[in-house]
Amino acid sequence: MHELSIACNLVEIASQSASDAGVEQVQVVRLRLGALAGVVKESLLFSYDIAVAGTLLAGSRLEIEDVPVAIFCSSCQTITTLEGIQSFCCPLCGQPSADIRQGRELELIALEVADVQPPHT
Amino acid sequence: MYNPRILEVRRGVLEKNDLLAQRLRARFNAAGVTVVNLVSSPGAGKTSFLEYTLRNVSEQGLCSAALVGDLATDNDARRLARSGVPVRQIVTGGNCHLEAQMIADHLEEWGLALEDLDLFFIENVGNLVCPASYDLGEHLRIVLLSVTEGEDKPLKYPVMFNSADVTIFTKMDLAAAVEFDRAAATAAVQSVHPGMTILETSAKTGQGMREWLNWLTAFHQSHQL
Ligand SMILES: Nc1nc2c(ncn2[C@@H]2O[C@H](COP(=O)(O)OP(=O)(O)OP(=O)(O)O)[C@@H](O)[C@H]2O)c(=O)[nH]1
Ligand SMILES: [Mg+2]
Ligand SMILES: [Zn+2]
Repeated sequence: MHELSIACNLVEIASQSASDAGVEQVQVVRLRLGALAGVVKESLLFSYDIAVAGTLLAGSRLEIEDVPVAIFCSSCQTITTLEGIQSFCCPLCGQPSADIRQGRELELIALEVADVQPPHT
Repeated sequence: MYNPRILEVRRGVLEKNDLLAQRLRARFNAAGVTVVNLVSSPGAGKTSFLEYTLRNVSEQGLCSAALVGDLATDNDARRLARSGVPVRQIVTGGNCHLEAQMIADHLEEWGLALEDLDLFFIENVGNLVCPASYDLGEHLRIVLLSVTEGEDKPLKYPVMFNSADVTIFTKMDLAAAVEFDRAAATAAVQSVHPGMTILETSAKTGQGMREWLNWLTAFHQSHQL
């Protein structure tokens, strides 16, 4: 179970990004999670609520976008996404491919924030 | 005044570990040492495999050292030290995987001269889940699958088997006794990682160890070019 440690890393970089931008309140943290990242979504969501306690992100919600694996098939010359992660074969022609183009993401992409004062006034 | 907006960020959650791992890899490259990260489920035979390997690379005139992670004990380090090469233990204190920072800290405290080494082995904590996400700066991630633990392990732990470079079927001396289905195990590995190299060994009888050592030495040499 390393999701708590992942959640702590996430909270650390999200808090840092927020305070660097002078943000006072974060409502939503948006994360892209690849199927090959090795992180269990439910455990991460659970750990997130523990990890935010007492930080700038307390009370915020974690929104996770699932990113499927995509492989490149040299026969079809096409990138296609896979349903799961147990069979790395081209869905079009069945040829195995280890050429992974997507699916390892574990990335903080954005914060939905609220400034007490609009930044431009 | 309440003014919601979107702040774009785009940062890897493991960026700290990844950056440190890249720095470690650069150090290893500069020192000319090949670094191997051994992963498996608990008890698949990492320490036994490594003990055999350390003894034999020494006989071949190669210099090696090993860093071994364990949740609570230093038993594995004591076993490995019998091979006569420098060995150091990382007691993770319950942490289920090694991280690049631990490798960096231990190298620092250890004062090991990397330049004098050809091969540096890291035995990860026995766990097929968590270590998959943490780059340690290794050149080779080797996953061990013992014949006693079921041919479908790769399908149950696809992330780890996909992230590894080589699979080693261990405890081959027990293959017949447990009716190990080599074809099924191979198919499972190839399904989650097409083209992955598979080797078969026994640390008890030495079966397949020659092939493994040749493979490793060849990798080390090609890596040095
Ligand atoms: N028959 C047989 N037994 C083996 C072999 N390799 C290891 N064992 C036995 O399997 C058990 C576990 O081996 P270890 O080498 O300690 O396994 P490990 O993966 O290092 O274990 P952890 O570090 O605790 O995860 C021990 O009882 C070993 O004697 C082998 O090739 N053949
Ligand atoms: Mg061990
Ligand atoms: Zn195809």
